[in-house]
Amino acid sequence: MATMTLGGAINAGLRAAMEADDRVVVMGEDVGVLGGVFRVTDGLHKDFGPARVVDTPLAESGIVGTAIGLALRGYRPVCEIQFDGFVYPAFDQIVSQLAKMRARSGGLLSLPVVIRIPVGGGIGAVEHHSESNEAYFAHTAGLRVVSCSNPDDAFHMIQQAIASDDPVIFYEPKRRYWDKAEVSEHPAHDLHAAAVLRPGTDCTLVAHGPTVTTALAAAAAAEEDGFSVGVVDLRSISPLDLVTLRREASASGRVVVVHEASTFAGIGAEIAAAITESCFYDLQAPVLRVGAYNVPYPPASVEDDFLPDVDRLLEAVDQSLHF
Amino acid sequence: MSSAVNEHVQDLASLRQGQPMFQLIGPDGTLTDAGASIGVSVELAQELHRDMVLARRLDQEALALQRQGELSLWLMSWGQEAAQVGSVRALRPTDMVFPSYREHAAALCRGISPADLMRQWKGAAHSGWNPAESRFHIYSLVLGTQTLHATGYAAGAAMEGSDEVVATYFGDGAASQGDVNEALNWAAAGSLPVLFFCQNNQWAISTPTATQMRTPLHVRAAGFGLDAFHVDGNDVMAVHAITSLAAERIRDGGGPALVEAQTYRFGGHSSSDDPQRYRSADDVAAWQLRDPLVRSEAFLRSSGVDEAYFTDLAEEAGDFAASVRTACRSITGAALESVFDAVYAEPHPGMTAERAAHLAHAASYGSEN
Ligand SMILES: Cc1ncc(C[n+]2csc(CCOP(=O)(O)OP(=O)(O)O)c2C)c(N)n1
Repeated sequence: MATMTLGGAINAGLRAAMEADDRVVVMGEDVGVLGGVFRVTDGLHKDFGPARVVDTPLAESGIVGTAIGLALRGYRPVCEIQFDGFVYPAFDQIVSQLAKMRARSGGLLSLPVVIRIPVGGGIGAVEHHSESNEAYFAHTAGLRVVSCSNPDDAFHMIQQAIASDDPVIFYEPKRRYWDKAEVSEHPAHDLHAAAVLRPGTDCTLVAHGPTVTTALAAAAAAEEDGFSVGVVDLRSISPLDLVTLRREASASGRVVVVHEASTFAGIGAEIAAAITESCFYDLQAPVLRVGAYNVPYPPASVEDDFLPDVDRLLEAVDQSLHF
Repeated sequence: MSSAVNEHVQDLASLRQGQPMFQLIGPDGTLTDAGASIGVSVELAQELHRDMVLARRLDQEALALQRQGELSLWLMSWGQEAAQVGSVRALRPTDMVFPSYREHAAALCRGISPADLMRQWKGAAHSGWNPAESRFHIYSLVLGTQTLHATGYAAGAAMEGSDEVVATYFGDGAASQGDVNEALNWAAAGSLPVLFFCQNNQWAISTPTATQMRTPLHVRAAGFGLDAFHVDGNDVMAVHAITSLAAERIRDGGGPALVEAQTYRFGGHSSSDDPQRYRSADDVAAWQLRDPLVRSEAFLRSSGVDEAYFTDLAEEAGDFAASVRTACRSITGAALESVFDAVYAEPHPGMTAERAAHLAHAASYGSEN
């Protein structure tokens, strides 16, 4: 279709969804005139007006709480939380209200709310601006949690998320906002399928969001050393596409899961357990995890040491291969 | 029927109006009626003017350093010097302060050095100073949270029978947060010694105050049961006088108070913001006529302050600027392993193992890491 940045692709996806359905409203702090601090909503205010692109008061609990009310009234709100670390004031609204209202009503009420969250580190930001909090939301039944990693997915997944009648936490890897690639006319996958970006016979790297690019670079480096390392982009964190994960795990016998969040109680633990439970006899090595230490995200001056990089992935692949 | 009832209830619109702004010195530097009748100390005005000049210089240098790649980000307090200097100088040095993240002018008054202030914005640390020494808490980036911290701290002070005032700064945008409203209510219900100081700088990034609230904040605070004051935040002497009054009442056991200071942020929200997208040149120009530094200088000059005061101050500001640049360049971040040391107070086996794993990984790459 066209070459776009990841941020531009989300913008185009939002625009397409708003054009297709006038119940779609975009809301959040500074999303209007400014176009959001990352400019992801740039131009929407001008074209759709302040009633559909709403600059809200500065209150995350209020943003999600009112989006719930709008959804009950038949709208399809797309909320922007300005940064990952500012979603916590809305935590109660998300996990107790948004996630559970359908179950509480015996399936009578649906809340088609999307919560967009720029996520992760690597942009030299100050504290509370680099967090990966997917495990909190993945742990809560009633939410769907997805994470795009490239412009094509960004364009299609945001539209699929808006079309979903369930609440969706939509993660946008902020250090990839400016990455450019071709965007296709039609989606290649449904919202909850994992994508095999690269097949591998020796080992499989499982990544999502910002670490997918790192995983692809690591696989390319391993190939130069003569190893066939596959890469699976999870895309959906909840639900997990276990069919694809099991198939790839059984094929290569070795799996390394990578994410930016702490490995302790992180979503890599869930993947490792799920694969081990069902593919035990196909595995040649324990499923390994590469993620953050269990410390708060550190100051930017050391984030390069902190974030999983190609070297740390290759080290884990090596460990798996030599188990 | 309802029109008959209407005649017997108060006019709600007028309830919402709020108080006029308290002012001692007008934008042109001359005393207002209140200023003339109350009187203004020229000596104090000289001290506060100096604080403001140095604070603005810090902003200018920091912004330049950010443009040169020496700082990753800077949040300007440019334009808000009077609100900060006037208020913090009205407190006792022993009164605890819980700032938000833009309170550099107030921080300088509390003896916090430029290097300590810039460390966080260079990405070298998450905070730069010892709050116990400066009685100035570390910055809070999650908006409004610090107002509850101040309220709890004040509850402790009240239990101990101390006469401390606990001051907390926040913006007009932050006032929309539940935390701020909980803090106002909690402090009022407990009659706690908290001074809530709102710098209403008209914008929360690109969102104007009118989007945040229908009722002026000082009216809302009065509704919670606080003593509430409305002051011209670009008039350093007025801010000082009002904050002194509020602090005195709190110290005398009168319970919490709120000061809403009308001011303006001249710069962008941060060094990565583009304010031209959301506010007009006319708006900025109108506020420029109310620049707090221009006003205090005009007042000092018309009060007969010696030229030597201004030339000495200009020289001091020049030296200060040079020291800001040197300080910024000398900031270095600690190695990643130091992060592990600060997570728990007591030994934690998981943390110890992860620290060791990190060091082993780093060592496997030799001296590069
Ligand atoms: C809970 C929370 N939500 C969002 C943000 C992102 N953010 C940082 S500053 C800001 C605007 C703050 O406006 P205001 O409270 O008026 O203070 P000012 O910056 O004008 O001093 C926003 C939305 C944040 N830091 N914390």
